[in-house]
Amino acid sequence: MIEKLFKFHGGVHPPEHKAESAATPIRPVPMPARLVLPLRQHIGNVAKVKVAVGDHVLKGQQLAAPEGMISAAVHAPTSGTVVAIDEQLIPHVSGLPDLCITLQADGEDRWIEREPLDYEDMEKTAVIEALRQAGVVGLGGATFPTHVKLRADPRHPVKTLILNGAECEPFITCDDRLMRERADEIIRGLQIMAYLLDAECCLVGIEDNKPEAAQAMRTACARSAVPVEVVLVPTLYPGGGAKQLIKVLTGWEVPSGKLPSEIGVQCFNVATAYAVHRFIDHGEPVISRIVTVTGKVARPGNFEVPLGMAIETLVQAAGGAAPDIDGFIMGGPMMGFKLPSPRVPVVKATNCIIAASPDLFPPQPLPMPCIRCARCADVCPANLQPQELYWFAKSQNFEKARDYHLFDCIECGCCSYVCPSHIPLVQYYRYAKSEIIALDRAKQAANLARERNQLRLARIEREKQERQARHAQKAMGAKTDTAADEAKKAIIAAAIERAKAQKAAVTPQNTDHLPPEAQAEIARIEARRSQAMEQQKE
Amino acid sequence: MVSALLVMVGLGLVLGALLGYASIKFRVEGDPLVDKIDAILPQTQCGQCGYPGCRPYAAAIAKGEADINQCPPGGEAGVRALADLLGVEPKPLNTAHGVPKPKSVAVIDENLCIGCTLCIQACPVDAILGAAKQMHTVIASECTGCELCVAPCPVDCITMVPIPETVSNWKWRYPVFEIKAVS
Repeated sequence: MIEKLFKFHGGVHPPEHKAESAATPIRPVPMPARLVLPLRQHIGNVAKVKVAVGDHVLKGQQLAAPEGMISAAVHAPTSGTVVAIDEQLIPHVSGLPDLCITLQADGEDRWIEREPLDYEDMEKTAVIEALRQAGVVGLGGATFPTHVKLRADPRHPVKTLILNGAECEPFITCDDRLMRERADEIIRGLQIMAYLLDAECCLVGIEDNKPEAAQAMRTACARSAVPVEVVLVPTLYPGGGAKQLIKVLTGWEVPSGKLPSEIGVQCFNVATAYAVHRFIDHGEPVISRIVTVTGKVARPGNFEVPLGMAIETLVQAAGGAAPDIDGFIMGGPMMGFKLPSPRVPVVKATNCIIAASPDLFPPQPLPMPCIRCARCADVCPANLQPQELYWFAKSQNFEKARDYHLFDCIECGCCSYVCPSHIPLVQYYRYAKSEIIALDRAKQAANLARERNQLRLARIEREKQERQARHAQKAMGAKTDTAADEAKKAIIAAAIERAKAQKAAVTPQNTDHLPPEAQAEIARIEARRSQAMEQQKE
Repeated sequence: MVSALLVMVGLGLVLGALLGYASIKFRVEGDPLVDKIDAILPQTQCGQCGYPGCRPYAAAIAKGEADINQCPPGGEAGVRALADLLGVEPKPLNTAHGVPKPKSVAVIDENLCIGCTLCIQACPVDAILGAAKQMHTVIASECTGCELCVAPCPVDCITMVPIPETVSNWKWRYPVFEIKAVS
């Protein structure tokens, strides 16, 4: 029983804008004719294609297999034909294309054989492997493969399992609606997770601006066999960050550079628990997700969307966007990014689509110089010094930025939000982070090259010495080994002799079986020849 | 007086013996400065600096024979890092040794390759795979882009291809802001 809640440092209260989309139930969308499924929908290795162009696939069939431990599979959201495997625009900040499988739906929506998993009778590792093959990833937006977090580690036993229903970002209501409508299923998923991790304590953290969701979850918990406690946490952005929620619920702080599991806590999004339940109890891999469509659309709300559906088609299902929009934001206004095109597909990370317009998100005034007011430090939920990080990132002093724990920054955007000089601080941090990552990679490549070069030089040196040794041996051998050579030569000569004799014995002569007069003739000729030879000699 | 002298001489002997022992016991193999310089160099092993690889160049810098601005793959950032390490003023890159180019990898046109193995012998990091009269190919992840294999190829089937920007190696840009003129 949680008696006391804790506070994390900082945080802000941006306008919530949740009422627009939270009022209506989750709506289904018609299955689109064409689905584009990127192979990079999760953190980790890109999935490996298992189908070829022209293949007919069924709903739920695996199209791409996970590659390595930190990777997740991709499945067909409907039955149809694979029409292309090529590079297409994906919802990524870079606006660059990436490898995608394009599926032409056949309209039948025919499932593969679905079987619930009897997970309690299976080895836990087999269940984890099944989840890996089912493509279950963190559906809160980070898309980290869930099976990796569900492996029970004997060194760090997970005592506390936290389900994250905080949903702190403005505009987003997909978890809210999911908890209101499918609470039993979420709790069922939580039970499976608790079983896999041997967790002793299960908590559900929900921000207090979602009383209906909390009520629905409490009702479901009352029916559940495993004790689960639903805790209302104060509404404060970014209270839904994993480390922040852990701090609020337990008072424990995840140390810098460590994972929550190392302090015995594991945190999952409610939608992830729901996806685990769908797979374990119904045999359905992750092929759809709940997406909030809001902002300047006619009928904002939440939709159950097959992965791969184009954003513009989804927006049409929400009644279409207003004419004055200037693009779509994926994710929330604090951490989301503007999509490179409205034609990019919905992926596992797509929790919210906001039709943005200048009056909804007025353009930021030009940044002014930093006045060192340190308001950013007051609101930073990671307890960093954002103003220092800004100076280091701006002057490309990356080592110093790393020393000031740049990589503990969760890019929540609180600092940019409060900055009176309108400095886009998070942009600087992202820039510095990606530069540092690139530098680290270059360093690794250089180390590899150095090692390979040294090995090559050592090999050349070794070969040279071996050659020299061989030459020296030969020179010595010419002098000393004459006796051995003579013996060898004698053996060879004897062998040649033997071979000749053998050949003579075997080969038939054409003079062997001749009549006596011919024999006499030959004898006469031979005698004449020997006479002539003797005369010649004289 | 004598006792004081004896004490001083004794101290000198003891400390001298201690120092002598320490210098043998804690002897540093090789030149640590060369290692430090070598760690900064990009390990392309291209030889553009005029030395047969990064380590010989590092040794030359450590001896004071070579300047710090002879490494085009390291770029200005490399010169700055070397200047920082050695406590000297950074200077612009010496263009006589070449100019920095975008990172590239060698690609063998496998239809043209005659399997002569000359490029394999030229590659400083053993990143080319093949055998006599067999097709050769470059292991892209191991290629440093040194271009040393390009010249020896008798059929000119090796080209340097810049590494394209993809989703996996994309980097966030430095924030820039358009300054508008006030009318």
